[in-house]
Amino acid sequence: MDKKKKRLYIRTAILGVLAGLVIYTLYTNLTKESRGTLEVGEKAPDFVLTDMNGKQHRLSDYEGKGVFLNFWGTWCEPCKKEMPHMEKMAQEYAGEVEILAVNVGESNFQVQNFADQYGLTFPIAIDKSKEVMNTYGVNPLPTTFMITPDGTIDQIVIGGLIAEDQVRALFEQVKP
Amino acid sequence: MSDLAGVSSTLLYAAFLLYLVATILFGGSIRQKGLREGKGLNRWGKLAITVTVIGFVAQLGYFFTRWAAAGHAPVSNLFEFTTFFGMMIVGAFILMFFIYKTAVLGLFALPVAIIIIAYASMFPREISPLIPALQSQWLHIHVTTAALGQAILAISFIAGIIYLVKNIDQSISTKKTKWLETVMFFIVTVVGFIIVTTGFALADYSATFDYVNKEEAAAVMEYNVPALVGPNEGVLVTDGKMSPFVDMPALINAKKLNTVLWSLGAGIILYLAIRLITRKRVAALLQPLVRNVSSDLLDEISYRSVLIGFPVFTLGALIFAMIWAQIAWTRFWGWDPKEVWALITFLFYAAFLHLRLSKGWHGEKSAWLAVIGFGIIMFNLVAVNLVIAGLHSYAG
Amino acid sequence: MGKVKCECGHVNPHGTILCESCGRSLTDEAKKENLVDMRYEGSARRSQTYNKTIIDKVWNFFSSVKVGIWIIVLILVAASFGTILPQEFYIPSNVGPEVYYEDVYGWFGKIYYMIGFHDLYNSIWFSALIAALGVSLVICSLDRVIPLYRALKTQRVDRHESFMKKQRLFAEQPGSLQEADMEKVRAELKKKHYKIREKNGSLLAEKNRFSRWGPYVNHIGLILFLFGAMLRSVQGMYVDELLWIREGETMQIPGTDGEYYVKNDQFTLENYEEGEDSEVFNEAINRVGTVAKNYQTDAILYRDENNGLPGAKPELSEVKHDDIRVNEPMKFDNFAVYQTSFRQDEMKAMHFALTNKETGREFGEVVVDLFDQQAMYDLGNGYKVELLGYYPDFDGFTEEGEPISKSPLPNKPAFLFNMISPEKPDGEVSFVEIQNTMEPLGETTYKMAFKNLETRDVSALTIRKDLTLPILSIGGIIFMIGVIQGAYWNHRRIWIREKDGSIYMAGHTNKNWHGLKREIHTILEGTALPEPEDRQTD
Repeated sequence: MDKKKKRLYIRTAILGVLAGLVIYTLYTNLTKESRGTLEVGEKAPDFVLTDMNGKQHRLSDYEGKGVFLNFWGTWCEPCKKEMPHMEKMAQEYAGEVEILAVNVGESNFQVQNFADQYGLTFPIAIDKSKEVMNTYGVNPLPTTFMITPDGTIDQIVIGGLIAEDQVRALFEQVKP
Repeated sequence: MSDLAGVSSTLLYAAFLLYLVATILFGGSIRQKGLREGKGLNRWGKLAITVTVIGFVAQLGYFFTRWAAAGHAPVSNLFEFTTFFGMMIVGAFILMFFIYKTAVLGLFALPVAIIIIAYASMFPREISPLIPALQSQWLHIHVTTAALGQAILAISFIAGIIYLVKNIDQSISTKKTKWLETVMFFIVTVVGFIIVTTGFALADYSATFDYVNKEEAAAVMEYNVPALVGPNEGVLVTDGKMSPFVDMPALINAKKLNTVLWSLGAGIILYLAIRLITRKRVAALLQPLVRNVSSDLLDEISYRSVLIGFPVFTLGALIFAMIWAQIAWTRFWGWDPKEVWALITFLFYAAFLHLRLSKGWHGEKSAWLAVIGFGIIMFNLVAVNLVIAGLHSYAG
Repeated sequence: MGKVKCECGHVNPHGTILCESCGRSLTDEAKKENLVDMRYEGSARRSQTYNKTIIDKVWNFFSSVKVGIWIIVLILVAASFGTILPQEFYIPSNVGPEVYYEDVYGWFGKIYYMIGFHDLYNSIWFSALIAALGVSLVICSLDRVIPLYRALKTQRVDRHESFMKKQRLFAEQPGSLQEADMEKVRAELKKKHYKIREKNGSLLAEKNRFSRWGPYVNHIGLILFLFGAMLRSVQGMYVDELLWIREGETMQIPGTDGEYYVKNDQFTLENYEEGEDSEVFNEAINRVGTVAKNYQTDAILYRDENNGLPGAKPELSEVKHDDIRVNEPMKFDNFAVYQTSFRQDEMKAMHFALTNKETGREFGEVVVDLFDQQAMYDLGNGYKVELLGYYPDFDGFTEEGEPISKSPLPNKPAFLFNMISPEKPDGEVSFVEIQNTMEPLGETTYKMAFKNLETRDVSALTIRKDLTLPILSIGGIIFMIGVIQGAYWNHRRIWIREKDGSIYMAGHTNKNWHGLKREIHTILEGTALPEPEDRQTD
């Protein structure tokens, strides 16, 4: 009787281990797509970039303020659409929520030209090595990360923000 | 062509002819009565194996002279690989012959090798330079080991088919006789392909078509046998050649399909001719040749070949393949069709061994499995190279 | 569940068919057989003996070789379906699979895509089949190897005559064993590397028992291999990245967390040339056209000493120069960088001359770097060219007349120039694209005449890290050892026994019976011992 029980335990253990391994593998393979990218609620990775005026911006310096971290490109149509809203909000929420617009590695001329054309005053930095973009796992443009004053990601918006209200709502969310 | 390359092709011809002669000698050897296992070889048999070995040496000569001429082992295109495979079948046969001393094995193994070498020579035969992906020592290691493994497994098929020819009752028509005839028909069709291709090649047949390819661009296709089916929106450019009955959609390679149709046609005619003239099934025709051999011995040869061939095949076609793929293609496994079919071959023979060891599938069942296994190997050699395009498909 | 006690006194586990010790048949079926079934030595396969709880039932399911074979066959058939049409990862990446399959292969392609065969090998059911194979391997092996080990270990020298009688090779002859004969047999057996055990005048000669472990050894190898493959999904074990890098560019190597950078010094594509390469290739080169000889990126590997904070200016220190070729990846740490693809002649810079349309006179050349433009190009003497807009991948205009760029890649560059000359100090606007010039604000006196194009090649490098490779290698090696051990040796036993005035001879091998028969023939030559006959004949 004792031996039989022992055998049952051993079998249960072996099957349990095997089942665990199989389930783990299937699970990780199925969630492969979303793995490695940032998720809401995580701490926003720190980075440092130099803007068009030569000023360094380090994300951790913005602690205590909300951050609207926007990745964009000059060729991207929805980026063009949301820029005026961003400019307006930057004025409205000055001192509370900071905008940091990260261009994904185009030339200084293109970015400056774009900024002039749209009359943008918020800091724009070019991520020449695409390191920040890779850290944040940005794929389609534009992608916006709303970061709370304590540095966690509050929301990730993939795609353009068409309406001004949408942008305002986002700013409201992360304002201190 | 350099002198060395010339010598090389002469040696291949010589080997081909020697194999033919050896087949006839093996035929003579089994005609003598009272020749069962363990009784030793008669004079015909000794002569036959000697000629086979000389032929094999000649083909080795072809292999190494061509290697010297090209600077790389001649296993880099379809002609070279298939020829090498034929040579390895002869080599594997010689190996099994010296273990089991069975003349009838030669009577079947050599024709198979001959057909395979003849089939090989239907492809472009020039010495081709190595593209970057093939520039590696692993080309030699992987391809030769894989071919050797497949060749040893082919001996299992040969022993299996002899077993079936011997043991399937030909006095009545059954499912078994029909399947065996199907196998025979395939072999006849390959012969048909060789006859058709060689015939039109000797006649220097060439018809050129302008057509629209898959990418919807204008392209040119040259047929070397008369076109039964033409390419997509094909226009015959050469004067006085046969125009096709029907055009194929762009997705289908009309030239290859045309060759297949011709081979099938020739195969059917040949096969029907044999049946009508002799009034017997092909397998029934062969049956008297194998009467004297022990079924048990055939079963053992077939099984032993799988046991010897399976590890070699695994090493060459999977392990060495993975090592090389890791180096050349950045990943050891990529589900490329050829890789998948090598895996299928591996799994099939693994199932074969399990069925034999645990389920007791001996004799006839085992022989059928050996036939199917060889079918998979040939599918990988022929269809995967020519039909399913992938990384492995040699330019053909 | 009781044990089975044999007449010889040995106590066998429940379910045993042949007594582990003496070999007597223990079940009714086995007693009726003419030849004993020697698979697993007639030992009790553990799974057959208990069948109570769910756990036992699951265990028994996976313990069945029949189930194992079915799994193999299912994988085999399923795998073949995936080769009918190219898999998703082999189709061109610029078309979505939902469009591609139907476009190229019609209704068949549509169905193929709909049932998910376009990504068969990553599908959950295919993974589940592989997993089932792994489970089956573990349980089948465990269930058989332990009883087999027991049976082979406890086997007695003097097997019961009923056991010997039911062997495939067997002979019985009245008489008694002569010492002279036995001496000779012993000597012959030793010559053939048999291990001899004797007891009470019975003899058991055995060799190559280790080949019986071959199947289990190779199964361990396979299990290890599958385990290694499974580990790939553990984070950090596996990196697979693609990096497009232009000549002259230095880029961070993805997957290295910003630690490494690589510079593409030069990309080279060589083809085989008639005259230059061995003449034996001429025929092939003539038939095919061009045959590539080499793809190569001359690379410099750097380490970033200021790594840690993304975006911070890298401080690069050179690690090494390496030429990356197909088949010759650059290796560092656990990474390998491979030459995988390339694009030739990407536009790098365009040269224009400010030209008076009427006289054709040129007033200097403007070189626009497509990756770093200037706002103003001063040509001297009052001639200047102002760049108003740059559209790297020009794709028409918006409704408002704004030029659009499709992508940031300079595939089809277009420029909006303002040409300033002493005559026209405010400038004249010209929109220039390849082979086309527009004058949106009225006709101009000057034009930007295209002079020249600078191009460079782009190389695609694959970055790969795979920490599972050592495990896979060990798995592969163990598998090969196991397969060879099981396939190239066979476990042979010869029993000789005298009982009640008769000599019993029996032989067993797990395969290659003809070999054993030949061997016994030579061993017994010149003795009075009866040569066992094969009782399984056709």
